[in-house]
Amino acid sequence: MSIFLNKDSKVIVQGITGGEGSKHTARMLAAGTQIVGGVNARKVGTTVTHQDAEGREVELKVFGTVAEAVAETGADVSIVFVPPAFTKAAVIEAIDAEVPLVVVITEGVPVGDTAEFWAYAKSKVDAEGKQITRIIGPNCPGIITPGESLVGITPANITGKGKIGLVSKSGTLTYQMMFELRDIGFTTAIGIGGDPIIGTTHIDALEAFEADPETEAIVMIGEIGGDAEERAAEFIKAHVTKPVVGYVAGFTAPEGKTMGHAGAIVSGSSGTAQAKKEALEAAGVKVGKTPSEAAQLMREIFSQK
Amino acid sequence: MDLFEYQARDLFEKHGVPVLQGIVATTPEEAKAAAEKIGGVTVVKAQVKVGGRGKAGGVKVAKTPEEAYQYAQQILGMDIKGHTVHRVMIAQGADIAEEYYFSLLLDRANRSYLAMCSVEGGMDIETLAAERPEALAKVEVNPQEGITPAKAAEIVEAAGFAADLREDVAAVLVKLGEVYRQEDATLVEVNPLVRTGDGQILALDGKVSLDDNADFRQPEHEALVDKSAENPLEAKAKAHDLNYVKLDGQVGIVGNGAGLVMSTLDVVAYAGERHGNVKPANFLDIGGGASAEVMAAGLDIILNDEQVKSVFVNVFGGITSCDAVATGIVKALEILGDKATKPLVVRLDGNNVEEGRRILSEANHPLVHQAATMDSGADKAAELAHTA
Repeated sequence: MSIFLNKDSKVIVQGITGGEGSKHTARMLAAGTQIVGGVNARKVGTTVTHQDAEGREVELKVFGTVAEAVAETGADVSIVFVPPAFTKAAVIEAIDAEVPLVVVITEGVPVGDTAEFWAYAKSKVDAEGKQITRIIGPNCPGIITPGESLVGITPANITGKGKIGLVSKSGTLTYQMMFELRDIGFTTAIGIGGDPIIGTTHIDALEAFEADPETEAIVMIGEIGGDAEERAAEFIKAHVTKPVVGYVAGFTAPEGKTMGHAGAIVSGSSGTAQAKKEALEAAGVKVGKTPSEAAQLMREIFSQK
Repeated sequence: MDLFEYQARDLFEKHGVPVLQGIVATTPEEAKAAAEKIGGVTVVKAQVKVGGRGKAGGVKVAKTPEEAYQYAQQILGMDIKGHTVHRVMIAQGADIAEEYYFSLLLDRANRSYLAMCSVEGGMDIETLAAERPEALAKVEVNPQEGITPAKAAEIVEAAGFAADLREDVAAVLVKLGEVYRQEDATLVEVNPLVRTGDGQILALDGKVSLDDNADFRQPEHEALVDKSAENPLEAKAKAHDLNYVKLDGQVGIVGNGAGLVMSTLDVVAYAGERHGNVKPANFLDIGGGASAEVMAAGLDIILNDEQVKSVFVNVFGGITSCDAVATGIVKALEILGDKATKPLVVRLDGNNVEEGRRILSEANHPLVHQAATMDSGADKAAELAHTA
């Protein structure tokens, strides 16, 4: 099992003909992802060719709209590589096409645009009132279910299938943690992104990992800014029975300086790494001071199993 | 980017929010001329991006242009909570009958926009929210719609404005909503919003934060950057499109990815506790590409920081392969030549790491030390900074 993504997921790439879109389409195919097509209104009717995991050539159609791509391929996941100026329109198009999962890799999206497409996604519900489209990102490395499917830019060869679920704001810290715990492996690793507004939160991922029978323990990586980690801590206390190991980056970050991610800023007494660590520890999460210490804590959990 | 009050005032004016005249001055002479131009009673207001300037003596009412001159002389150069005052705004005096509060901001927790409004303005809003939360109305604003006339009516009613004032205040809130959306703001705050003796609603003091991610469609925002406050190394990094933040420390940091670099700062700071309390000197994220040129530009900036005694390059090769990073480091050192004088600890892991390490070993540069892990690399860099 896994969360949000598995070997049967059918994926289209919005921005498949662009530099990043093209490079990562090739990588995702090589990782075993079922890519079934792409979208670029200006290149409609053309095809792109890449190799799949077995080295076979795969010819992918470029569609004019997400709706057409979904209608013809049955895609249930879309990954968005279009530039920031066009990201809002691309995501809204995917929401209109009722794609169940949209992964937005693009970095530098104006937060007002994200707020708008999120409000739109929230307004599109099914007969039971459940939101139709899940969004991951923006400004994120995406999601990987090792050995099954990769929808994002995470290197697929760091580690294989295993028992840990991982959720993180940061891409490279995800890679670092997967590398540290490569002997245990992962069910699914999600990079939710470092922007002030994101589609899938720590809490969403924790809830899904708690419900996933193959996930035995969870690593949660946070960073300074906002109070998402504090809210995740409350959620863990109330709803998560599986062991959770935490790591928070940015203990030494000074107030008022944005540390790379648009959302990573300590303002006044809020958003500090120390406050997040304390909140997580109060919820029973074992928090490492460094990535290697967090990995060690996780290894101890598995050695006691 | 946070704006100065005078910049917020100008944006308000541009979008039709009622404001009083205000002229920015950097010398007492300019202040006097501004007061003469405005006429009557003026207010000399320190322009600093920090609260509490009134209590610090940074706001003075001047009855005459000569008084404006004197107050400007006192206030310019003043230190307010670590911020030196380089500019004052000479603002037209107002006949204030009542003070209110309004803000529209990004609500991260609810992934939406939030309007806050109170008929008890003027005071510190955190204090009001803590002491009398019932006096502060909080109303969600749909990001797709912004502040519509109907939403503005809802806000003023929730805040408890008198019936005869609601229409006028609501009209101002609609305009402030336009400032927020059309300027790609993440905060628009007016404190105080006032009613004058003759019944006008005015934005007397404003705070605006703008979203840097929207710069591509807001070409006019470039002119609002406070160049005098920019650290020269940060400005140089920006010109190279590098994500660099100057800190106070001795160990220069280069890494890829914001999270990993933040984490590297922490690990170096912990290592520093064992080595004379040396600290990280900067945040520098060279991003995914990490070409030789980018690496050279990054190292050049760090090596130009006089505080730096050693450098820790911490890269996890994800998409970037380690051989490209290693080649980048070797070429960067060639490009820098004699300018590279400080020891460099390099930790590479991930994609194609063996080749990356081989390239560094083969180059055998006297300044380069290789580390097997992030922890040992941080320790070595801290040790080198301490003993330098």
